Amino acid sequence: MIKETAYTFKILRYDAKKPDEGARFQSYQIRVIPGLTILAVLIRIRDEIDGTLSFRSSCRSAVCGSCAMVINGKIDLACRTQVASFGTNTIILEPLPNFEIIKDLVVDMTPFWQMYEKVRPYLIRKTPDPEKEITQSEEERKRIDQFVNCILCASCYGACPVLARNPDYIGPAAMAKLERFVLDSRDERPGDILDEINNENGVWGCDTVFRCIDACPKDVRPTDSIVGLRKAILKKKLFGKYR
Amino acid sequence: MLEHDVIIVGGGLSGLRAAVGLCERYNVGLLSKVHPIRSHSIAAQGGINASLANHPDAKDDSWEKHTFDTVKGSDYLADQNAVEIMCKQAPIIVYEMEHWGCPFSRFPDGSIAQRPFGGAGYPRTCYSADITGHVLLNTLYERAVSKGVKVYSEWYVIALVTDNGQCHGVIAFDLINGAIVPMKSKVTLFATGGYGRVYQYSTNALINTGSGIGIAYAAGVPTKDMEFVQFHPTGLIGTNILMTEACRGEGGYLINNKNERFMEKYAPKAMELAPRDIVSRSIQTEIDEGRGFEHPLGKYIKLDIRHLGAQKILEKLPGIRNICIDFLGIDPIYEPIPIMPCQHYSMGGIDTNEKAETEIKGFYAVGECACVSVHGANRLGGNSLLDTIVFGKLSSIAIDEFLKGNNVTPQENPIKNRLSAMEETVKRIVNNTGERPFSIHADLSKNMSANVGIFRKKDELETAIENILKIKDRYKNVRVSSSDPHMNYELLNAIELGYMIEVAHTIAIGAYLREESRGSHSRRDFPARDDANWLKHTIARPGADGSPEISFKDVIITRYQPMERKY
Repeated sequence: MIKETAYTFKILRYDAKKPDEGARFQSYQIRVIPGLTILAVLIRIRDEIDGTLSFRSSCRSAVCGSCAMVINGKIDLACRTQVASFGTNTIILEPLPNFEIIKDLVVDMTPFWQMYEKVRPYLIRKTPDPEKEITQSEEERKRIDQFVNCILCASCYGACPVLARNPDYIGPAAMAKLERFVLDSRDERPGDILDEINNENGVWGCDTVFRCIDACPKDVRPTDSIVGLRKAILKKKLFGKYR
Repeated sequence: MLEHDVIIVGGGLSGLRAAVGLCERYNVGLLSKVHPIRSHSIAAQGGINASLANHPDAKDDSWEKHTFDTVKGSDYLADQNAVEIMCKQAPIIVYEMEHWGCPFSRFPDGSIAQRPFGGAGYPRTCYSADITGHVLLNTLYERAVSKGVKVYSEWYVIALVTDNGQCHGVIAFDLINGAIVPMKSKVTLFATGGYGRVYQYSTNALINTGSGIGIAYAAGVPTKDMEFVQFHPTGLIGTNILMTEACRGEGGYLINNKNERFMEKYAPKAMELAPRDIVSRSIQTEIDEGRGFEHPLGKYIKLDIRHLGAQKILEKLPGIRNICIDFLGIDPIYEPIPIMPCQHYSMGGIDTNEKAETEIKGFYAVGECACVSVHGANRLGGNSLLDTIVFGKLSSIAIDEFLKGNNVTPQENPIKNRLSAMEETVKRIVNNTGERPFSIHADLSKNMSANVGIFRKKDELETAIENILKIKDRYKNVRVSSSDPHMNYELLNAIELGYMIEVAHTIAIGAYLREESRGSHSRRDFPARDDANWLKHTIARPGADGSPEISFKDVIITRYQPMERKY
């Protein structure tokens, strides 16, 4: 038999439809086996203890990006975080910062997706498509690898100190997405996209304190993309083209 | 009343591909119960099949060979006309996705990389490391953003409105605003995915309840071949997270407790790369006969990729390695991966033809929730991503033709009637005094894994059906904790559970009636394939007594007569 251990989960509760009730922490006592994830416990709490608890989840394998939250002060995906990994039997769960709360651990991601759409997050081509694939070398494919891995979970957005003071800042994930296309050997986007981020709400707003890198569950380094985009802007200024 | 020319339900690959094909000519609304980028397509790992012939060992590959492999893999239950269409379309849609920005892995000559996969005569599975679903879904979502597709995110459809053989729209549950909303449309397309969560052990995401299939079925749309359930050979022990077939495609071994590569006994030529039904049965047999390993979380077999070396693992299977480290604390570079077969895919689904049409006018279905059938009794790895995009595209063409050729006028009255009925249903769930949904769901999924699993037998299937009938009774009194619909996931679970029970019922009845073994459907009491009596599709529709009423449909055979299936 596997032995169960007693845990206390303190979860932030808030309902945007009932603002008068305010935000509060609610405690749940639960016994769990080692090896269980935060998400597995959240599901048990909702199933067995409190059916009113709201949180997002889907793949439970750290690929869909639904369940980013603050776990004992650190941003991570609930599905890949082991309950036993904190050296304490008290786990505190809060929603992602820098977003409005909809209910409990569910936040309104609308601003995140607006910033994402702003960078024109898709391949732009001028050359007509060939009959077969547009060839790309292994090296060229490798160049975009870390940015391709982004799962858009918004962990970086929640961790970003710039967004905490400037909600108009475009944020790390959107910048990483733009860099993914700027670095793609197949992309032919005009340089004007760089003018749009050539300001304090864009690449020059970044504090370069690497909180986004620290928060990313997929080893993406958004700061690299911001530095890369800054270089592209300078290159465009000096030589008239950014690639 | 909210109105669209076309309502698409589901934001995964097939739904997005259909939306991209239609949004420039029609007013399209895409409803998704999670943000589209969270759809389960994101979790596909290994790749997408197309006879590009890029691999040095595949220079004479062709769509015909892909078709033959798929038909043989299906144990001859697939409709061959549809398989031909899919395999002919495969290179076209793979190039299209590449042109739209999909970052496939590359061969040294700059072409799209391809790897060997189970049941395939050639290395024809195009991939991006082990995150192929992730890159395809991102690319199609990006395309949808560039075209301005209207998305209703976190809107869950709770009923399909059909009347007089025509579809008029849907009733939706807007989770964020906590509202039940009627929606009118000329065409409704379901792209709602599979039903993995009907089983206890599944690789599927938590959202994969199969309720879309249940909703269509409850509205009178027949299902097809529901008894054919794919069990993936390699789900991680405990969490059942998928360990891609690419682990074996890249050269991984399956090892029992005698340290044997036991596939030698079951598929001496193909070994670990036999089709999934055969490999899953072989693993289960090894475990049942005492040659598995013991673990507190269950019995298992080892998937060993250590001999591939660190470099190849880091390059080709980085996601697999991360999952093993995050979820089990083992590094597959140094230790074998403990795996067991788990429910993975539904070959069956809403009965459609190769144009995604159903027998209800204006109602279409694509992707895993549909059964064309291109996978027959067993799907080959790499063919499901292909199915989603090909039939997503073809459905958009068929819907366009339908709307151009017909003056379609959906009616509001049946929608209003259905809305009142659904409001009553929700009110009843809120006022009920019985169990909360989780305990009923737990018993349903345990019943399916225990009695309608990899190996099946008459008495177990009878038990399964009796249990489902009891569960149906318990469900009538299901209750939830709160009457406030705002972000009420428990209420959502309770509504979906009703449809999941219907889906389970069609699976169990189909499995009980089909007295043969074909593909994934393996009867211990009828171990042989029986073409004389059972080379036919199982059609289920709701009967008068609430149980599925079964009829049959011929399989379409064009050029490949059924042969013995050996690997």
